[in-house]
Amino acid sequence: MEPESAAAGVAGSGAAKRIEERDHVVIRFAGDSGDGMQLAGQHFTNETALAGNDLSTLPDFPAEIRAPTGTLAGVSGFQLHFSSRDVLTPGDAPDVLVAMNPAALKVNIDDLEPNGILIVDKDQFNDQNLKKAEFTSNPLTDGSLDKFQVFEVDITKLTINALKDLGLPTRAMMRSRNFLALGLTSWLFQRPVEPTLKWIEQKFKKNQALADANARVIKAGWNFGETAEMFRTAYRVKPATIAPGHYRNITGNQAAALGFVAAARRAGMQLFLGSYPITPASDILHELSTYKNFNVLTFQAEDEIAGIGAALGAAFGGAIALTSTSGPGVCLKAETLNLAVCTELPLVIADIQRGGPSTGLPTKTEQADLMLAMFGRNSDSPIPILAPATPAECFAMAFEAVRIAVTYMTPVFFLSDGYLANGAEPWAIPTAASLPEITVAFRTDPTGYYPYLRDAETLSRPWAVPGTPGLEHRIGGLEKDYLTGNVSYAPANHEQMVRVRFRKIAGITREIPPTPINGAAEGDLLLLGWGSTYGSLEAATRTLNDQGHRVGHVHLRFLNPLPPDLGDILGRFRRVLVPELNMGQLVKLIRAEYLVDAVGLNKIQGQPFKISEIVSKAQKMMEASR
Amino acid sequence: MNTPVVSPPLARKDFVTDQDVRWCPGCGDYSILAQVQKVMPELGMARENIVFVSGIGCSSRFPYYMNTYGFHSIHGRAPAIATGLKATRPELSVWVVTGDGDGLSIGGNHMLHVLRRNVDINLLLFNNRIYGLTKGQYSPTSETGKVTKSTPLGSIDYPLNPVSVALGAEATFVARTVDVDAKHLQEMIRRASQHRGTAFVEILQNCNIFNDGAWASISEKDSKGDAALLLEHGKPMVFGKQRDKGIRLNGHRLEVVALGNGVSDSDLLVHDEQDATLTFLLATMQGPEFPAPLGVLRAVQRPTYDEAINAQVAAATAKQGAGDLDALFAQGDTWTVP
Repeated sequence: MEPESAAAGVAGSGAAKRIEERDHVVIRFAGDSGDGMQLAGQHFTNETALAGNDLSTLPDFPAEIRAPTGTLAGVSGFQLHFSSRDVLTPGDAPDVLVAMNPAALKVNIDDLEPNGILIVDKDQFNDQNLKKAEFTSNPLTDGSLDKFQVFEVDITKLTINALKDLGLPTRAMMRSRNFLALGLTSWLFQRPVEPTLKWIEQKFKKNQALADANARVIKAGWNFGETAEMFRTAYRVKPATIAPGHYRNITGNQAAALGFVAAARRAGMQLFLGSYPITPASDILHELSTYKNFNVLTFQAEDEIAGIGAALGAAFGGAIALTSTSGPGVCLKAETLNLAVCTELPLVIADIQRGGPSTGLPTKTEQADLMLAMFGRNSDSPIPILAPATPAECFAMAFEAVRIAVTYMTPVFFLSDGYLANGAEPWAIPTAASLPEITVAFRTDPTGYYPYLRDAETLSRPWAVPGTPGLEHRIGGLEKDYLTGNVSYAPANHEQMVRVRFRKIAGITREIPPTPINGAAEGDLLLLGWGSTYGSLEAATRTLNDQGHRVGHVHLRFLNPLPPDLGDILGRFRRVLVPELNMGQLVKLIRAEYLVDAVGLNKIQGQPFKISEIVSKAQKMMEASR
Repeated sequence: MNTPVVSPPLARKDFVTDQDVRWCPGCGDYSILAQVQKVMPELGMARENIVFVSGIGCSSRFPYYMNTYGFHSIHGRAPAIATGLKATRPELSVWVVTGDGDGLSIGGNHMLHVLRRNVDINLLLFNNRIYGLTKGQYSPTSETGKVTKSTPLGSIDYPLNPVSVALGAEATFVARTVDVDAKHLQEMIRRASQHRGTAFVEILQNCNIFNDGAWASISEKDSKGDAALLLEHGKPMVFGKQRDKGIRLNGHRLEVVALGNGVSDSDLLVHDEQDATLTFLLATMQGPEFPAPLGVLRAVQRPTYDEAINAQVAAATAKQGAGDLDALFAQGDTWTVP
């Protein structure tokens, strides 16, 4: 958080407080999982978006809904990076940490930048809480925090004082502490609290007492910042120069849900989601279940298998079919995916990846399902894979996944992850009319009809739905005759069918736009990535080019098939580095496909890459090859 | 069920496909196929509005032989696929064909849930108490002690009773019939097709290769009078080759009584398809102590899943108006960058 200019004076503020301009700020709210840190973070984000900054967020919370209060396991965090320039990542390390209790301090303090701002709820630093957080001495008094600007605020007492005459139980009052912290930080960074006050009014419109209480606490936090001697400086981050347009803040899962609805709407068809709740994909089910007036049916199935089974049944009936899940669910859906491959019915499977194997790290991010999506089924079974790179891009890629599915009569993977799903950024709201057309023509003409008669260009078979006279036919998971679709065990026919299924998917390359290369178009090193690592890779590319290296960045949205121009691009760089949040999956595909000596950079901590991690690896590689 | 609309009327042959039927000669499935093909024209539905969905197993080859739309899916999952199809296309007549292994073992979970949801489909479960397609392992309805290829010392599993499972899953229609009793089988298919909601029909079916005679006492002319009880709504429960026995309630237990010697029809239980408690009791009856009940055990009405899911869409659309994408995109707090 280097000051751009140390401007003095506060315009329009009664208190004589300095206001400093900052270029960008990374703030992290941390507290117990019951402290409402996610909510505080989301509102701070919303205020920030409306203040015109570019931003990126990283929610980080435990899988347990309520781990024992005050323990290290129960710490929940929400990080936000906002800036007057474009923001690519949620930030490597926070400049500001709000710690609502000792455990939150312990878990997060190592990440705080030297001289960073640390705001703690002093009232929570009692013997009991210190012990739960496994502190042997009080960090507020033992000198261990000397390298930070520490602000010990009586967040608990201030909250209770603000509410004491309302007759609320102590527990209810304690639940508002997050809004005191929100009010205070809103003042500190000069964010408008009006959107939050408006939200409170809406949320508690049936309970005026609670609405008043929450509004009061926010204002108390703001006023404390403005009047208490403790804070001498507030900070301002000017609006970013963002392309003109209409914006809203959006998470990846919200964007994906909108993308699916929009695609079904553009096709003029019903959307059917069959799903089973699973972290971090459930929000897609939640969102879509509120869009019923868009002709959306949501089916919460008895299990993952029924979720995709019902979706496939809906596809057979002529709906836009979707199933949403995470890695463990993909494992269960594999057999039905293969049935979709064999019956050549359109279906989108949204895999919101999380840490694994097995139950793994349900709330943490990972990109380790690429091989599962590529190969995780019996036999030769190609399925296209699309991967969004940012939360907002989940909209366009979800839309595209549907378009590919119905154009090529195939299941399609939409491969997102926990970080994209829960992370948020500004989204330039498109107009419905500007979206690509999706044309679906059910077969109705019985003349010359065969269930597996293929389109000459796409190789897709006709979509003939029940209810169409004269097209009665039977499909299933047994191998089909190349033309009639009748069961066939003929050896040559099987080979022909396996090959045509491959050719059909390979032909999707005609849908892939030319691959953009950011940074240098040729040179020393290519950073090749996919999915949620986009921001880190892009920021690292800029840093490396600023340092005089010739580094390019390619971020793949199509992982199967790969872009037709990728081989040529790989050849333009001396070295290729493939950073991934897994043990090295894309890198294996690239090495196998192109015989290129690509090198992996692998991080498997349930956390996104830091820019510095990529820069450092890239520098080492280029040094070694000099 | 849907309003029948088809002319001219169809015949059995209209439902026969050009595919060779590949069940073993003598298999009970032939009879079931024939009866289903016979009853189909009576439904008055156009062929294109009928869909047969199946899983895996001998019974699941059924859709290939029905000249309607058909989906031969994967093991146990037909109820799930049928649910998605019926939810999106409620006007179709959807039939699921399954077996004791497909429907109660690998697909047991889906079976429970399709029944409780009351999706308006017809579900025919061919119960031959054996795995046929994998060549003779015991099934979840095989009797304890069953010696098969996978249980050389006898099965130690306790069997499921399909109609009890269906009743336990809150099915709104539960019936049982036998493959060789053409007339009764047709009647059950008819009743199932008329029911709104999931109609569960257990068809006792003979696998003459791996489990021949599994239902012999119930299907053979000589023995079925004593071994089976034909349920009829509103009629006293009389059975026996000579119609000389009946079922009476003694306390909360059922008992078999001989008619005569002061015991008459009026002492017997009268079948009531809508009596939940009674149908549970009847389902437990099995040989040799009791006759096996055949016919409609339960037929009650409850809203169907496909109706309800579409009603919510209709209600939301009526209340909020047909969705407007531009308004949807711009919901919540937005801002404009000039």
